[in-house]
This record gives sequence, C-alpha cells and structure tokens, in this order.
Amino acid sequence: MSVLEFTALICLGALLAGFLGALTGLGGGVVIVPLLALAFGVDIRYAVGASLISVIATSSGAAAAYVKEGYSNIRIGMFLEIATSLGALTGAFLAALVSTSIIGAVFGVVLLFSAYMSTREGHDDPCKDAPPRGLAACLKMDSTYPTAEGPQRYCVLRLPLGFGLMGIAGILSGLLGIGSGALKVIAMDQVMRIPFKVSTTTSNFMIGVTAAASAGVYLNRGYIDPGLAMPVVLGVLLGSLLGSRFLMAAQTRLLRLVFAAVIVVLGIEMIYNSLTGRL
Amino acid sequence: MPDRKLEPAARPIEEILGNLLRAGVLISAAVVLVGAIIYLFRHGSEPPLYHVFRGEPTDLRSVPGIVRAALALRGRGLIQLGLLLLILTPVARVAFSVFAFARQRDRTYIVVTLIVLGLLLYSLAGVWG
Repeated sequence: MSVLEFTALICLGALLAGFLGALTGLGGGVVIVPLLALAFGVDIRYAVGASLISVIATSSGAAAAYVKEGYSNIRIGMFLEIATSLGALTGAFLAALVSTSIIGAVFGVVLLFSAYMSTREGHDDPCKDAPPRGLAACLKMDSTYPTAEGPQRYCVLRLPLGFGLMGIAGILSGLLGIGSGALKVIAMDQVMRIPFKVSTTTSNFMIGVTAAASAGVYLNRGYIDPGLAMPVVLGVLLGSLLGSRFLMAAQTRLLRLVFAAVIVVLGIEMIYNSLTGRL
Repeated sequence: MPDRKLEPAARPIEEILGNLLRAGVLISAAVVLVGAIIYLFRHGSEPPLYHVFRGEPTDLRSVPGIVRAALALRGRGLIQLGLLLLILTPVARVAFSVFAFARQRDRTYIVVTLIVLGLLLYSLAGVWG
C-alpha cells in the first residue's frame, strides 16, 4: 500500500464516520480512533491526535450555525469550559503516562457506554420555573430559548455536580481524542435539567475548546502527524457537512440503531485487542 | 432575569462569533488541502509508516518550525500549519468572548472567560517556541 492509497482509504472512512456522526447526532469522532487503530493498525497515540483535530473542526463548524439560532447558552458553556479544559489538560498529560492498552480498554468501555446512551429516548423535562438562587443565579445562567410558542424560560439546577461531570468529560476527551458529547449532554440535560436542544447545542459549542486544550499538548509532544490527520480532518469535515444537509430527509431512528450496533462491535474489539496486548 | 444574548442589541456578537468560527474552519481546511496536494504529489508513492510510534520531528512540533516548513512550501509543513490554525480557532473564539463580555460590562464572565483563555494558552505554552 502506498501513501496515496492509504490517504484515500482513510479519507473515505473518515467521510463515512463524519456523515453518520452528523446524521445520528452521535459525532464522528468516537469511531475515528477505533477505525484507525483496528482497521489500519495505526498507533493509538497518532490516532487520538488525528481524531482530536477532527473533533475541533466539526464542533467549530456546527457551533457556527447553532450560535446564530440562539439555542446555545454562551454563559453556561463558558463557565463549564473551565471544568472541561482543566480535565482535557489532565487527560492529555495522563495519555503520556498510561500504556496504549489501557487507553484502548478505557476507549472500549466509553464506546459501549455511548452506544447504550444513544438508544435512550431523549426525554425533555427542563426546569421551567424555580426561584433563582445559589451559584447558578450568581452566574446569571437562567435564560430563555426559542420554541414554537415563543421564548421559553429555563433555569439551571445542581451546577456543582454538572461541573464535576464536565471535568470527567474533559479528561476522557484529552485521553481518548473524542468530543465526549454524550457525557456533556447528560450532565446538562439530566443533571442540570437544561432543555435538551440547549444542552446539545451548548455541548457542541464547548467541544471545540475542550479538544483544543489537549490538542496543544498533543502537537507539542509530536503526537499529531500531518500525513495522517490530513485525510481524517478533510474526510470528517466533508462527511459531517453532507450529513447535516441530509438530516431532514433521513429516517434517523433505524440509522441510530445501526450506528449504535457498529459502536458496540468496535467497543468489544477495542477491549479484546487491548486485553490481548494487540493495541 | 432575561438573558441579554436574546436581545436584538446583543445579536451581532453571536453573528460575529459564528462567522469567526466558520472562517477559522474554512481557512484551516484550505491550507490543509493545499499542503495535501503538495505532500501527495511528492510522497504519494512511498509506503506509509504509522504502525510504529516515532513521534514527529521537532520542527513540526512548534510554531516557528511549522511556519518555516510551510514557507518552504513543504507539504507536511503546510498541513501542520492548517492544523495549527484549526487548534487556534476555538482559542480565538474565547479571546473574542472576553471583549464581548467586556462590552456588556459583565465582570463575572470577563473573569470566567479569562480563566478559560489562560488554560488554553497554558496548553499551547510549549508550542510557541
């Protein structure tokens, strides 16, 4: 296999990952590392570096659209980014200390968890009215979001717990090169009781900053290879652009199940390969 | 308390923020693409070596080295410059938010945003030079 063929194959795989990721709302980043490590035998540190870069690209591209619509809450996002960036820095330093097989095994577990979460029905039970109090009130986080019946108020609960979960999301992001979108959304919509649409768009808004905080460390350590990251970034970016275009027309329910099944298989493969010392 | 970000007067800030992110991604992708063409044209027929971890050469790990390689029109240098611009896009977004909150005279969030910016700059500390 030559560099040209290798690049073309990876670009194709990344395109598919980005396309399905955008279509199902699960993000393409989560399958990039298993794809590179399992199918192409790329060292997991290079794979994580390339994946981190692609996560920044898709998050920034999507956030550009969401910010204008008025769903994402920039205050909540910015405050929680303190936790995710601290976590991301920690994760990036951990990545140099632990062995690749441990990274692979943790990755497998996170994949299984994401697959499980993706089949869950997103039930929306935002806190609409509570007297402003505590830290969230000091930080002026309560806001409104556009609905069919006009702007709807919402308030933010259990901020410290949400902040802690965001720290964990950051660590996983820095260690595994993923956006940790699933965990970020859980922290916001389940724990802090922020409306689902606000949670997903604010999470997307935060992912870029989280990934950038560890990408700097990866770049400086020599884990980001231009020849590998190039087809990954271009493929994922193009794929997610196409995916968001098709979003309206597609039957996403079945697609989510198929994609979740793929993620389960990848998760099991990652764990198996790590335990047998092949990663 | 209603959030200011939904008031018409504050809307342009989100408009600029969105455009900043979009421009960052587009410019980075364009630089990566130019680098990709040069790289594949020169090295396309060589065998790929990613099974063994070697780490990048030191000149592709820091800003001065990357800029030098890009100016010499080396394919890998140009790609790395594009990737660096991509990493800097969220950093620019956070830096811009400091000004946005300053315009709203929101001291709390100026401090919050400066903390995030500080963490990002710390993570890039080794890259500058």
